[in-house]
Amino acid sequence: MMRKLALSDDILLAVEKPARYLGNEINAVYKDKESVDIRFAMCFPDVYEIGMSYLGIQIIYDLLNARDDIACERVYSPWTDLDKIMRERNIPLFALESQDPVKDFDFLGITLQYEMCYTNILQVLDLSGIPLYAAERSEEDPIVIGGGPCVYNPEPIADFFDMFYIGEGETVYYDLMDTYKACKKAGESRRAFLEKAAKIPGIYVPQLYDVSYHEDGTIADFVPNVEGIPEKIEKQVVSDLSHVIYPEKPLVPFIKVTQDRVVLEIQRGCIRGCRFCQAGMVYRPNRERSLEYLKDKAIKILTSTGHDEISLSSLSSSDYSDLPELTDFLIDYCEKKKINISLPSLRIDAFSLDVMSKVQDIRKSSLTFAPEAGSQRLRDVINKGLTEEVILKGAGDAFRGGWNRVKLYFMLGQPTETQEDIFGIADLANKIALEFYDIPKEDRPGNKRVEIVVSTSFFVPKPFTPFQWSRQCTEDEFRDKQRYLSNSIRESLNHRSIRYNWHEFHLTELEGILARGDRKLSEVLVNAYQSGCLFDSWSECFRNDLWVHAFEKAGMDPAFYVHRERGAEEIFPWDFIDAGVTKAFLRREYERALDEKVTPNCRQGCSGCGCRVYGGGVCYEA
Amino acid sequence: MKLRIRFSKKGPVKFIGHLDILRYFQKAFRRADYDLIYSQGFHPHPILSFASPLGVGLESEGEYMDLEVNTMDSPAVMLERLNAQMAEGIEANCYSVLRDDAKNSMSILAAADYKVCFRDGRMPCDRTKMEEMIEAFLACEQIPVEKKTKKNLLEIDIRPMIRTLSVKEDGSIWMQVSAGSAANLKPELLLESMFCQNGIAFDPYALLITRLEMYAADADGRLVPLSEYQAVSADKLSVCSKEMEA
Ligand code: SF4
Ligand code: SF4
Repeated sequence: MMRKLALSDDILLAVEKPARYLGNEINAVYKDKESVDIRFAMCFPDVYEIGMSYLGIQIIYDLLNARDDIACERVYSPWTDLDKIMRERNIPLFALESQDPVKDFDFLGITLQYEMCYTNILQVLDLSGIPLYAAERSEEDPIVIGGGPCVYNPEPIADFFDMFYIGEGETVYYDLMDTYKACKKAGESRRAFLEKAAKIPGIYVPQLYDVSYHEDGTIADFVPNVEGIPEKIEKQVVSDLSHVIYPEKPLVPFIKVTQDRVVLEIQRGCIRGCRFCQAGMVYRPNRERSLEYLKDKAIKILTSTGHDEISLSSLSSSDYSDLPELTDFLIDYCEKKKINISLPSLRIDAFSLDVMSKVQDIRKSSLTFAPEAGSQRLRDVINKGLTEEVILKGAGDAFRGGWNRVKLYFMLGQPTETQEDIFGIADLANKIALEFYDIPKEDRPGNKRVEIVVSTSFFVPKPFTPFQWSRQCTEDEFRDKQRYLSNSIRESLNHRSIRYNWHEFHLTELEGILARGDRKLSEVLVNAYQSGCLFDSWSECFRNDLWVHAFEKAGMDPAFYVHRERGAEEIFPWDFIDAGVTKAFLRREYERALDEKVTPNCRQGCSGCGCRVYGGGVCYEA
Repeated sequence: MKLRIRFSKKGPVKFIGHLDILRYFQKAFRRADYDLIYSQGFHPHPILSFASPLGVGLESEGEYMDLEVNTMDSPAVMLERLNAQMAEGIEANCYSVLRDDAKNSMSILAAADYKVCFRDGRMPCDRTKMEEMIEAFLACEQIPVEKKTKKNLLEIDIRPMIRTLSVKEDGSIWMQVSAGSAANLKPELLLESMFCQNGIAFDPYALLITRLEMYAADADGRLVPLSEYQAVSADKLSVCSKEMEA
């Protein structure tokens, strides 16, 4: 018997990429719903091809399905074409494996990878027939739980979730499931379960906390409204990543997805403390997986998926201690098996150039540098320990080694930035070009020209970073900065060799609002969704006018969230989370930034950020 | 060693497009540990080719792909290994070892069998009427239809491309038509033209089309299934699910 599908053939033939809605991928897990106690629908609120590419979902999928009493299935946002049909014909949103309605599940887990997917969360709830506001849900509705990087400030979407899980998925999911199972068996109410769950470390149940505000809109107080639950929610981390479950049989989709390869996560966290970087702070401490563990997983996953490419994943792979041994092993194994290795952007040095020349076609690949700021002064402010000397030396070596393409990444609008700093970007690009043209013509690689691509994004201050106090630039300021850079590049000697790519700034403003927003924003989100906002991260779908209107309708001023410098004493919406790094450390780092002082990385010296409490990783290296 | 594998594609996977099926098999062969021959260069890929792409929404009993391997086990074991790696709805059902000088299936394809069913009661007329229509249709000496190409509209005569056409007891339509690079007739186009001739509205969504087999023509013009053409051996799956009535 073939599996039944939730959508008719007519619908599947009418939509773009029907494969998004079929399931049936290699390594998908099917269970008989009668044989399990808990059905968990794991959702990525974006289109299938994006959602299938995240390792985090795969980890939870594997972890939950490893238990006989749980069936975990997947859900993605239907693309706009199917969304329309489902609304017209009243077709409820379904999970891919069983094709059953999401509403029949015990849990709907939603992973929160970026702020611009928030209206898609509402779409998923709405199409599933689950009330948008958690407070309005009945005993029949699934428990809606959120996880992922955006939970480091879940407040703008807190009203839509029954709970959030703060930290790494591997740790307390089983406890939560056991608690649920016991409650279900005892016939306890939704409310009773929520109160019990709130006592599990890392679980945050927004309804059980009250927020009050000062007249100026900032938070006065944030307190539990029931007895016995913690005031602060502690982030949960895996202290030893070499003895923990890792999906050995990840799903292999039929259609091309963003990450169409084996992803091997070699470590978590980062030893560097770039002051704008949220990932670098919230995933502390840096924890490496052992070489043996990684070799074993690499072979198992390549064998179980049949992928012809493997890529290493981590925040800063060059810092992984056994990188040479790992790449040697992979190069050797993959060469025999005709498997491609795709390396994340490594810091350019003799080692990385050697490895890159072995695994890629130099003529077609490019060098990547992410100085993030154009001048040494500003790089000190943001604590990016990359110097002009190192960049120029790396580029020079690479040019002599055969490369002739360079990609440079910068951010505009970081604290204290001046025109001089922006000019520094053009200047650096120009110096890299000179480095190339200094090589005698006959020794130059490629078609005798260098191609430099400068990309800039706009700086958005994020929670749990030293810059969480800082103001975000306005759209006008961003536009001016971009123009200034564009002109500076055009004026430079080697402008013919330099191309400039820039980002849209509309999205940046909204991202900033949602990143540091509070609970008052839920009304804006509902307004925006109801007026038609969806897939906001897709520029073809983003409707700035509707968002502006959504704020007006709610009588809210976006500037409050983005354009003001926050006071040292202000209580932030995310302060109830204990993410390891202390607020005192972050403040100290902010002040050092303004003093243009760099802070050593975790291997050079511990700066007492607060993460030693997790008992593992770089904090305890000899 | 040159190999040709026939496979079926049914159920939900009928919505998976041709290029995705190609990528799917590249991975499946790796999982099944086939010793494939790869192209040279920085991004080597296995040398795989298909007889003819199957449209999205069509099912098949007889899709073909050609591949080359350095070494192999017995055909039964090779089939078993591949089938252990298949997603629901795809099954390898015949394994042919070809002569070294065998041409690839794309270049020799000459004809294909199709079965067309009408989805849940969407048959546009009764069986008797269908029979009459077919008889009249086949009696035409020429059947001109307009075919859209990239540049313009082309008028072609499809009559010579129709080898057989009939309606079965259950109301399904069976046909054998030209396929391949020289002349290729899609069942939808044939039916559209026939319905049009009789003033019946044509609803492509009402059709469930299954490709049953593909053929090459031998020196005498006789059709030979691709699995047997220029083959040294052709081992069918022991438990054969094929419904070959034609
Ligand atoms: S190197 Fe800097 S920017 Fe990169 S992950 Fe680490 S802290 Fe973040
Ligand atoms: S406690 Fe020290 S070593 Fe550990 S993460 Fe913080 S700064 Fe780094």
